[in-house]
Amino acid sequence: MITVTNLTKRFSKLIALNNISLSFPKGECVALLGPNGCGKTTLIKSILGMVLPDSGEIEFNNQSISGKWLYRNQIGYMPQIGRYPENMTISNVFDMMKDMRKDNKGVLDEELIEQFGLNKLMNKRMHTLSGGTRQKVSAALAFLFNPDVLILDEPTAGLDPVSSESLKDKIIKEKRNGKLILITSHVLSELDDLVTEVFYIEEGKLAFHKKLIDLKTETGELKLSKAVAKIMLAQ
Amino acid sequence: MNKILKYVIVDIVRNKIVLIYTFLLLLISLSVFNLESSATKGLLSLLNIILILIPLICIIFSTIYIYNSAEFIELLVSQPLKRKSIWISLFGGLTSSLCLAFFVGAGIPILIYHADLTGIMMIATGLSLTIVFVSIAMLAAGMTRDKAKGIGLSIFLWLFFSLIFDALVLFFLFQFQDYPLERVMVFLSFLNPIDLSRIQILLQMDISALMGYTGAIFREFFGNGFGIMFSFVGLLLWAVISLLFSLRRFNKQDL
Repeated sequence: MITVTNLTKRFSKLIALNNISLSFPKGECVALLGPNGCGKTTLIKSILGMVLPDSGEIEFNNQSISGKWLYRNQIGYMPQIGRYPENMTISNVFDMMKDMRKDNKGVLDEELIEQFGLNKLMNKRMHTLSGGTRQKVSAALAFLFNPDVLILDEPTAGLDPVSSESLKDKIIKEKRNGKLILITSHVLSELDDLVTEVFYIEEGKLAFHKKLIDLKTETGELKLSKAVAKIMLAQ
Repeated sequence: MNKILKYVIVDIVRNKIVLIYTFLLLLISLSVFNLESSATKGLLSLLNIILILIPLICIIFSTIYIYNSAEFIELLVSQPLKRKSIWISLFGGLTSSLCLAFFVGAGIPILIYHADLTGIMMIATGLSLTIVFVSIAMLAAGMTRDKAKGIGLSIFLWLFFSLIFDALVLFFLFQFQDYPLERVMVFLSFLNPIDLSRIQILLQMDISALMGYTGAIFREFFGNGFGIMFSFVGLLLWAVISLLFSLRRFNKQDL
């Protein structure tokens, strides 16, 4: 569904992505792993067209995304740090997004808004919100339009355990609906029951790509974190 | 695109600065017209205030607004929207609200006290100056991600067009005073939108005789319908070119 070929991106001297090629098929739940600053967020932002790569190609449903914007109708994005216009209330933000994506036919998915209890906070302004509540707003927005692809950058960072669990349940539910889900996270233990494929990125390059089952059988470990650690030590 | 424009305008209106700017202009224009003995004198005083105030407010407010909308822009770019329409909507929102502020604050008093061709000309140049300086501000804001640097650049640009440019022209004139520079002056005035507006209004007021032979040349060039059109095209070019350059930068920017 999303194919990345020979993507390179430099930020002045730093090489964020170094000739990386990978592809994410439909219906998978993919974990993008790697140390801090290895280029995960840059890769995600390149797919969203927020960062423009120096060279290489990104295809969405076999069509190049460069200069396009309509393909983003099919993507729900939850950023690592949600930044919103400070003097808008939560309901302003939701109304604005609904208004802007109105051409998106289909039913709105407000399940997360209910589960996170955002209904009671609708009149609060964005600058008064705690980090966790912002994350909830970001998550609810990402799922709101029933997109085919969900890109979640550190989704559970800053969420309380209850909300974190309901988000995970939601992710599993959407995976069953045949959506492509891209997750980056540092907390590997959280990904155990979610992901089906693992991409490990290091210094802007793909270190390895394996199915979760293969990874576990190869290393003989039951936990994703241990399996990844074992593979990284072996290399 | 219209939707983004709507949200930008609502946001600017909620921001009280534009309202304060309107009242400030209203206060200045009403007091100027009431203090001076004749409406024409009032118009001339107002011209001098407006030529300083509009560029300053427009360039600084727009630059700060663009920097403060960084979150809003980031949010929109990840949505199915064209970058071009996001940027143009920001431009449209800023120009329409600042133009409205100028029209209410200065345009209506001018129409009340001095509703002739000169007055209308002054409103038209005021509106064009607003548009030009919003575009220049968008260019300045796109140059750097550092807010302090961007605002500094804006203030410098304002200072350049209001003071430094004229000083440079004067210096140039004194250095080459043995040569006939009158026609060169016509060309030089196109390099500064504020000068272009000032000359236009002064010619309309029939005080070009005060400017000596250069005034006569200006009169000959700008005084007729063709010249007026030409100077407005000059202002339009300033706005369009700065906007296009800023748009090109925004299209290539990483967010």
